[in-house]
Amino acid sequence: MTRQAHQDRLRDDALAAQFDDTIAHEQRIEPRDWMPDGYRSTMIRQIAQHAHSEIIGMQPEGSWITRAPSLRRKAILLAKVQDEAGHGMYLYSAAETLGAERGDLTERLITGRQKYSSIFNYPTLTYADVGVIGWLVDGAAICNQVPLCRSSYGPYARAMIRICKEESFHQRQGYELLMTMMRGTTAQRDMVQDATNRFWWPSLMMFGPPDDASPNTAQSMAWGIKRHTNDELRQRFVDMTVPQAEKLGVTLPDPDLRWNEERGHYAFGAIDWDEFTAVVKGDGPCNAQRISARRKAHDDGAWVREAAVVHARKARLEAESTSGAAGEAGP
Amino acid sequence: MTRTVKAGEAGYQLYEVFLRGKRGLNHVHVGSLHAADAQMALHHARDLYTRRNEGVSIWVVKAADITASSPQEKDPFFAPSGDKVYRHPTFYDIPDDVPHM
Repeated sequence: MTRQAHQDRLRDDALAAQFDDTIAHEQRIEPRDWMPDGYRSTMIRQIAQHAHSEIIGMQPEGSWITRAPSLRRKAILLAKVQDEAGHGMYLYSAAETLGAERGDLTERLITGRQKYSSIFNYPTLTYADVGVIGWLVDGAAICNQVPLCRSSYGPYARAMIRICKEESFHQRQGYELLMTMMRGTTAQRDMVQDATNRFWWPSLMMFGPPDDASPNTAQSMAWGIKRHTNDELRQRFVDMTVPQAEKLGVTLPDPDLRWNEERGHYAFGAIDWDEFTAVVKGDGPCNAQRISARRKAHDDGAWVREAAVVHARKARLEAESTSGAAGEAGP
Repeated sequence: MTRTVKAGEAGYQLYEVFLRGKRGLNHVHVGSLHAADAQMALHHARDLYTRRNEGVSIWVVKAADITASSPQEKDPFFAPSGDKVYRHPTFYDIPDDVPHM
């Protein structure tokens, strides 16, 4: 080993020790800190995937904006979908602090090289779906995201704090919508039950594969990127949701769902992981539709981005020539 | 800070956003966004970071214009303040029965 290589090695070891020490002391890693390549790439992948989920997540509900049953519901839904766009932007902004390029991440999304949450590949068939998505899908997201507010990467944790505050509105508006429908006609109550039946299992899949099939969990937990395993969070979600379902008066579509006194948790039936794998791989009911809508929006918006740049350049040149002229006329 | 926006979004630049939450508080960094110019950055910052009355004033700064200290030089850079414990009030022993101090 040359002297230079030896010195580099010593420096890298010192930096790695400092990184480990920061994590061990529950301190945050910040953008310009040294970090292992694996930490950086895991973080970029997770944040990007999360950002993509927020952006694609606008579509299932967005399609109901023009068909909202009242002005009140329309205003709420618009605000909610706008929030999802905002969440995507916070997260892309966090990913960029790690050296990722936003344009590149969008490209990876629309060419299928990066994933988004499989839940958004299911269709929204009635307005009750808007309520159930708020209640179950956003409820599951909150379960996942609250611990991420303490994630070891500073910009990600800060984005999550902001997002969690706003998600609470999402969940509550959904549950309130469902309570309203449950007080309505039989047909409306049936719609709520039907939407619950369709979204319950996919919501449980949102927490990802079971712990024994999730090879990256151990490393992510050691790095403080993840705080709980997939199964722990899934259990927490089930425990929280069962009493909400009872209060609402809907039946969760799982005959094996029952309280386990010994464990102090609800036991639930087996999840169809084949369905999960198929949807993640692209064979869900709406995968192609979601990606093509995102690609179309990106392509259709190209002229706006180009025009904005030309406008900005023109305004700058005009400002320069005006100030230049004023300078000549001066004393 | 040397972050810039590459081609693909040619002409757009990265802006860092700072918000004053209410009168009497400092502007605080809240995140970043892409915009073609400062005016557009201000409008985007309003839409993105103040949807719920989070701010009464916004600053946007091109990320490329920010000069930051390097975390690698952390120790030597901040060393001058590390060994001056006498700058802190707790350095001085004052009897407990001296009032208002």
